[in-house]
Amino acid sequence: MTQTEIDSIVDRYGRKESAILSILQDIQTKEKYLPRETLEYVGEKLHIPLNKIYRIATFYRALSLMPRGRHEVCVCMGTACHVRGAQRILDQIKLALGIRPGETTKDLNFTLETVNCLGVCAAGPVVAIDGEYFGKMSSTKVEGTLKKFRSDQKKEGANGKA
Amino acid sequence: MVRLSSPQELEKYRNEILSTRDPNQPLITVCGGTGCHASGCHAVVEAFKKVIQEKVKGNGVGLRVTGCHGFCERGPLVVLHPRKVLYQRVKPEDASAIFQESVLKGKVIENLLYEHPTTGEKISTEEDVPFYKKQRRIIFENNGSIDPTQIEDYIAVGGYRALPKALFTMKPEEIIKEVKKANLRGRGGGGFSAGLKWEQCRNASGEIKYVICNADEGDPGAYMDRSLLEGNPHSVLEGMIIGAYAIGAHEGCVFVRHEYPLAVLNIGIAIQQARELGLLGKDILGSRFEFDVQISRGGGAFVAGESTALMATLEGNVGEPRAKHIHTVISGLWDRPTNLNNVETWANVPVIIDRGADWYTQIGTEGSKGTKIFSLVGKVNNTGLVEVPMGITLREIVYDIGGGIPGGKKFKAVQTGGPSGGCIPESLIDLPVDFDRLTEVGSMMGSGGMIVMDESTCMVDVAKYFMNFLKDESCGKCTSCREGTKRMHEILTEITEGRGSVDHLDLLEELGWVTAEASLCALGGTAPNPVLSTIRYFREEYKEHIINKRCPAKVCRALLRYRILSDVCTMCGRCAKACPAEAISGKTKTKKEKGIPFKIDEQKCIKCGMCFESCKFEAVEVQ
Repeated sequence: MTQTEIDSIVDRYGRKESAILSILQDIQTKEKYLPRETLEYVGEKLHIPLNKIYRIATFYRALSLMPRGRHEVCVCMGTACHVRGAQRILDQIKLALGIRPGETTKDLNFTLETVNCLGVCAAGPVVAIDGEYFGKMSSTKVEGTLKKFRSDQKKEGANGKA
Repeated sequence: MVRLSSPQELEKYRNEILSTRDPNQPLITVCGGTGCHASGCHAVVEAFKKVIQEKVKGNGVGLRVTGCHGFCERGPLVVLHPRKVLYQRVKPEDASAIFQESVLKGKVIENLLYEHPTTGEKISTEEDVPFYKKQRRIIFENNGSIDPTQIEDYIAVGGYRALPKALFTMKPEEIIKEVKKANLRGRGGGGFSAGLKWEQCRNASGEIKYVICNADEGDPGAYMDRSLLEGNPHSVLEGMIIGAYAIGAHEGCVFVRHEYPLAVLNIGIAIQQARELGLLGKDILGSRFEFDVQISRGGGAFVAGESTALMATLEGNVGEPRAKHIHTVISGLWDRPTNLNNVETWANVPVIIDRGADWYTQIGTEGSKGTKIFSLVGKVNNTGLVEVPMGITLREIVYDIGGGIPGGKKFKAVQTGGPSGGCIPESLIDLPVDFDRLTEVGSMMGSGGMIVMDESTCMVDVAKYFMNFLKDESCGKCTSCREGTKRMHEILTEITEGRGSVDHLDLLEELGWVTAEASLCALGGTAPNPVLSTIRYFREEYKEHIINKRCPAKVCRALLRYRILSDVCTMCGRCAKACPAEAISGKTKTKKEKGIPFKIDEQKCIKCGMCFESCKFEAVEVQ
């Protein structure tokens, strides 16, 4: 992220210290994580000590200090999904991707996350991939759902080679 | 858009909108709520757009994407006006037939209608579907008929009628008096009197005051606030403007979860449109009253929905609660008097002002007036959002509206109040639902999540689930909450993994008491509820786990054993293929070979349940 880009985000919120969460969220949306240099720069601009920025960055689930994968797989662990077997879905996805929640696959294709509730309770158990909802999941449907995003990665790879 | 500078201009504008709309003109509405999104309403909308454009250009058939209808289980939902024919589980390929047969020729397509689960009768209109029959939709009334991104739609159904009434015919004190008389209690969970809160905030000293709409709906299993903000954002906004006028605030904020992108978008559009029309900003409708609203997004922390933590977030600090020796109505955001109400509470305000407290108080019970929106989810046939009068019984909600438990299973409990609430057992199913009754039985209203559980839900597992949630979401400020939730979770894990002892129950009760007593905010204060209420009503189930090392609901993995019944096994080999641990051996039966029934190697089995799910012949048994 260039300094001009960061400046425009900071300016959008009137350079207010109180808007720090919104600023970090916008950076996160763009970069998919919060790089250290960016945080240092934001800190200087807003006169906020880096430790305070880190405190905020590590407090909220929406923010990440680690690079994220191209696709975010988000398993809803809300109560409605839980009683309909969300844990099994999560276990199955863990197995299929070989990572735990909060981790990213080595090829940077998938990041696995859990969320406390997506508010799509009627369709539970729900998995959201890149913001698209997949309702009424079952452990047997996991592979088929992930596949779409796997093949997409292959295509990208092929294009990259060409 | 023209800026409206008086109530007369607003009325004129309303009449102009109405004059261009013919209520008898055919209109197709498609539910655009998040539930229907998850079942593919977007493709349905696109299909309708195509069909309408192709078939008849400009013949006047309208298409509208509306807010949530509530019957999420049956989505995508399509309603044809003016006849109000309800089609459910509509697929994109149905669009053409609906348009040709139903809209143009007036026929009804039978196989898209809702079928009564017991009588098998086909029901053609929304109001005759049992799911809607016992509901009293006041706050949700217009959700299914207006396009949330069009302020004209809201105005056309009588929106922004309460606002000029409040601004021009009532004094702030009179508004507060009316809200107090209506006995509007906070819908976010606490149930505190909104009118009283407003009054305290109005009387607090200080020039600058704030109003906040709390849309940080963190309770898992509840999504009515999401639905309101997405489906009818102007009703929330109108409530906030009236509240701000009554309190004497000129700045407001909607604090909404970042997990709700559509809600952020729709409330943003609503604010912009209200500003353009002169319903927000300086000199609202020529009344000289000034008020504007900003949006802030949450960062995904449950505790930040607590009022003081929310305000800390708005100030740019981490969302940790503080002690409320001085209430936020006296000293809240930036140490100024701040009035915070939840989305649903705000949406009740225009109704109370428009129709009056006398009308409003006819609905409900002695201590709880009006309606409440519940998200009826979990093990129930008709999942979705339901708005019911206070005082309705749990039985009516679960059986009459919810249509009972799927698969003929036995009802076990209802969990209300989110992680702060408790589980209500079958013996209390005739309990009238209101703020006080729910608290009496050890649960609470909370924000209105109602998770139905059947015999295949393990109550120890549910308690463990909530404790896991709370230990993660505890901000860590108070030792009792930070450590208490963690230790309770550890003990519950021990029990569900077969290492529990009888003393654990007493220890849980003691820990629960300390956590509740010694924590600052409501998160810690109510944290033990899921554990204490399940011990209170389901002690036997706990004992079964502890003494016999059995999970009667067959949920707790460590206590389960999977077995293939060799006499039922058809030797299809599906389970062996599905098993990720290669724990299943046998030989697939083919035309040439006889095959060997499949068997599970218990040493290798990871108890994932894939074999159980993949078997089509019920040959896999769980013990």
